[in-house]
Amino acid sequence: MKKPTVRRILELISPYRLLAAASIFCALISSAAQLAIPILCGYAIDAMIGEGQVFTGTVLRMAVIIAAVTAAAAVAQQVLAVCNNKLTYRICRDMRESVSGKIHRLPLSYLDGHQSGDLVSRMVADVDTFADGLLMGFTQLFTGVISILGTIIIMLWLNGLIALAVVLLTPLSIFTARFIATRAHKYFVEQADVRGEETALVNEAIGGQRVVRAFGHEERTLEEFDKVNEELGKASLKATFFSSLTNPSTRMVNNIVYAAVILIGALSAVSGSITVGQLSSLLSYASQYAKPFNEISGVVTELQNAVACAERIFELLDQKEETPDRADPVSPAPEGRVELHDVYFSYDKERPLIEHLSLKAQPGQRIAIVGPTGCGKTTLINLLMRFYDPDRGEIFVDGADSRDMARHDLRGRYGMVLQDTWLCTGTIRENIAYGKPDASEEEIVAAAKAAHAHSFIRRLPEGYDTVIRENGADLSAGQRQLLCIARVMLCLPPMLILDEATSSIDTRTEARIQAAFARMMEGRTSFIVAHRLSTIREADLILVMKDGKIVEQGRHQELLENGGLYATLYNSQFAPA
Amino acid sequence: MRYLLEYFKKYKLESILAPLFKMLEATFDLLVPIVVAHVIDHGIPDGNTRIIVIDFILLLAMALLGLGCSFTAQYFAAKAAIGTATGLRHQLLAHIGTLDFSTMDAIGTSTLVTRMTSDINQVQNGLNMFLRLFLRSPFIVFGAMIMAFTIDSRLALIFVVAIVVLFAIVFGIMAITSPMYKRVQRNLDGVTGQTLENLNGVRVIRAFGREGDQQRQFSEINGRLLFSQLKVGRVAALMNPFTYVVVNMGIIAILWMGSRRVDGGVLLSGDIVALVNYISQILVELVKLANLVVLLGRAIASMGRVGQVLDTRSAMEFSGNTSGDDSSSEAVRFDHVGLRYSSSGDEALSDISFRVERGQTIGVIGGTGSGKSSLVNLIPRFYDATSGRVYLMGRPIGEWDPAALRDNVAVVPQKAQLFTGTIRSNLLWGDESADDERLWSALETAQAADFVRQKPEGLDEPVSQGGRNLSGGQKQRLTIARALVSHAKILILDDSSSALDYATDAALRRALKELPGDLTVFIVSQRTSSIQHADMILVLDDGKLVGAGGHQELLETCPVYKEIYDSQFKKEVSA
Repeated sequence: MKKPTVRRILELISPYRLLAAASIFCALISSAAQLAIPILCGYAIDAMIGEGQVFTGTVLRMAVIIAAVTAAAAVAQQVLAVCNNKLTYRICRDMRESVSGKIHRLPLSYLDGHQSGDLVSRMVADVDTFADGLLMGFTQLFTGVISILGTIIIMLWLNGLIALAVVLLTPLSIFTARFIATRAHKYFVEQADVRGEETALVNEAIGGQRVVRAFGHEERTLEEFDKVNEELGKASLKATFFSSLTNPSTRMVNNIVYAAVILIGALSAVSGSITVGQLSSLLSYASQYAKPFNEISGVVTELQNAVACAERIFELLDQKEETPDRADPVSPAPEGRVELHDVYFSYDKERPLIEHLSLKAQPGQRIAIVGPTGCGKTTLINLLMRFYDPDRGEIFVDGADSRDMARHDLRGRYGMVLQDTWLCTGTIRENIAYGKPDASEEEIVAAAKAAHAHSFIRRLPEGYDTVIRENGADLSAGQRQLLCIARVMLCLPPMLILDEATSSIDTRTEARIQAAFARMMEGRTSFIVAHRLSTIREADLILVMKDGKIVEQGRHQELLENGGLYATLYNSQFAPA
Repeated sequence: MRYLLEYFKKYKLESILAPLFKMLEATFDLLVPIVVAHVIDHGIPDGNTRIIVIDFILLLAMALLGLGCSFTAQYFAAKAAIGTATGLRHQLLAHIGTLDFSTMDAIGTSTLVTRMTSDINQVQNGLNMFLRLFLRSPFIVFGAMIMAFTIDSRLALIFVVAIVVLFAIVFGIMAITSPMYKRVQRNLDGVTGQTLENLNGVRVIRAFGREGDQQRQFSEINGRLLFSQLKVGRVAALMNPFTYVVVNMGIIAILWMGSRRVDGGVLLSGDIVALVNYISQILVELVKLANLVVLLGRAIASMGRVGQVLDTRSAMEFSGNTSGDDSSSEAVRFDHVGLRYSSSGDEALSDISFRVERGQTIGVIGGTGSGKSSLVNLIPRFYDATSGRVYLMGRPIGEWDPAALRDNVAVVPQKAQLFTGTIRSNLLWGDESADDERLWSALETAQAADFVRQKPEGLDEPVSQGGRNLSGGQKQRLTIARALVSHAKILILDDSSSALDYATDAALRRALKELPGDLTVFIVSQRTSSIQHADMILVLDDGKLVGAGGHQELLETCPVYKEIYDSQFKKEVSA
């Protein structure tokens, strides 16, 4: 365990010091009470020597004391559990909160470079494992340690020899458990590997079932699967069997310890050095003694897991955030002027992407970005929106270096409609008002009308109050896009970034989207990822991109005459095959 | 459940031996307190060292025998459980292979994968634990009670009361908490959902500067999670103190009533020690039993879900044995065909009729959801028409032998799907016996030869799961080549050149035209440029065939086609 991680975990606990103290205090009481009961039982049993030789008074007194101690222990246990729950779950809440907050401050380069599944798993699975470890640590570690120490002391007090035997023999059960666990671990890893392989195969076989059928490959696929399945069976048998040996083995060691206690105890009782009642107490301790040991070895693994998870979470929390905005950001009057000056940018320093890019967009101009799919048109959007900063060169917006502006201000100057539509969970109304939460009903409806979205919204069962779930899974792609347009319509900033639909939208909706786009673009500087010839031909500037680079820029006629990539694209798309 | 019974029969011996040996082990556990009582009552008072030593050896022997029994039981339990799971997985996958696509669509791919993996794992775990513990725990609980009766029937009544009360507490708390745990799970899903939303929407959120609001929403959901966790935690925590109190009350009762019995000469103090030991054992086993019930509940639910899939029968029957008829000049004919995916939904296709001659190239065009894919999916019989009839080479499609049908029709689906292996192993799906020459010529036609040649290992270049190491366009071209390797007479390209740029797409179409023989090709596309040179273009709108004919003809007669064409092309020319 690395110290800094542990210290940071302690820092997380520190706001809840009081709870932690209460938890430890209750653990003490509950363990002490539990330790006392076998002794009390022993006294009671010693008061029953035989027929006619029972000291009823002593037995009664012991019964009352046991009842009192039990009550105390029960209360302490409940308080302990409640404290521990509060402690761990609150810490986890805090951790999730920080992770979520962090996500909003991380640079996009980090978020783009990491699968969202991985980040979500840190938020959910890692925090959960951490909670489990922490909870077990608090619940079982303290009580376990206290029980072990208490048991040893009491046994020493009762009978040194037996105590020695128990103390020496019990670790055997831990070693046995450890021994088996390390062996089993190997098989578990093997099992996990084969299981992963099989899952991959199942995914392929079921996901690709259409192809499997189309080529009549069912039997062959099943044969392949059987091979892996067979292997998984073997690996599972080994892993399951070996790991299942732990409990019986430790139980056997404990049974042997128990037998030893009886042997030594009975012989001591014969010689008169202990009473039968004490022997009975010792037997209780001997059988209880192994339990905290086994628990603690479990807790240690859990805690190691917890620390590992905490490390993964801290690693995320320690990621460098977006460079902060300047303390005194400039905010030039919005006009819609954009100028890129000798910009260099690449995601991967090994592979240069944008080099030496300069362009000027005057207010109201249209800039069309064209190129084959996957040519990196989004890179330009990333730079304009300052989702990424250029490696070299400057981007001026309305005359100011964009890095001198607050991000919020800069991004607010652009209206962005991407093909990859995103809607938040909430009503249609909330989605349209996303950029301006205090918009009035009239404004919202006006924006929806301007975006040609009003008519379909009205036809939805709840109209503007329809709740959008799972990113609008029950809306069509076109409808989602219309909502995204309405969202921008409501703010109408001086500059636009638009992503024209490719083939996934039907013609009629597409016509609506085009009309909405055209209306938005009036008098605004627009950057359009273009697929339509009309958009391209009317653009004031065409950027032709390929493999992430801008290979040509100019107007339609100019580029055609150049006979470069644009000419090829144009001819293959619109000339007969 | 009945599927499980079959496996129980198959692993009959294991399923009987595992619990049997477990019970044997438990019997030894139950005997320990009796031996201890014997030592206390007879060994110690008489100072008989021999009894003490013999009892000690007896205890050691029982410990070792117990270990042996337990190992045997664990082995048989694991063997039966894993054998069952392995068999179930095979059975399920084989069964999935027989389902028709309407059924598979209804169930969903990800669901089927979950059934195959985590559900069957749950069944395996549950079965393993069931064989190990389900008899053992009740055996110890009731065994302890019976042992108590053998010692003293009146004191044993304490056991009866304690067991009933403990049982009520353990299972009562479980019953109360299990819906609360479900709520915790739902809230946890909410946290996951919100996080995913924030990650997926990061660009829009930042573009609109709404980070703060999103974080506030998250806090709210996160707070709900905390609240539900604390609530269930409070109730679940009651289990320990309650059971602890009950057991100790039992001990007090044994001591108090026992002391009277000892006084009356009915019992010896060793018997009291034994009774105290027994009552402590009960609690441990009851808690184990409770956990087992939870595990079994999950396993039974999983088994139910697996059984549901196994119960689903394919709605499609293959009865025919037609294997092609070369005399017919007709490739495909649709006769008033309608298709409805589910009984409640609207028709995806209605009243479609057309006829395709061998060697023709057919374009299929229409907006999203107009039924293009549905139409071509009927040709390889992925689905059955719900009304009307589909004919292939002059024969009703239902009369075809499935293998022959698939030999004659090659499909390149919308989603390019490749399988782990090499480029060669993927291409060989089309025809196991194809030689390299044939593979290369298919690659040439599919416009894939160039990039395959550039790969360091050529045809033997590895393909990782789902073809992740290839670009979208490369995958599409390989799936086209795979279809070309087969000797199919009908080739269906279901929007399968969407990731290709226009130039490559055009080259592909040219190459397909130049292929020798009378290959019939269906090209489904959204682009008029991809299909305008086809022999016949089928125009679909909302599941209906609104036009069929050549490009020029359709421009004049079919308004939907004209609209599509205009939106992509003509308006620009006039602009």
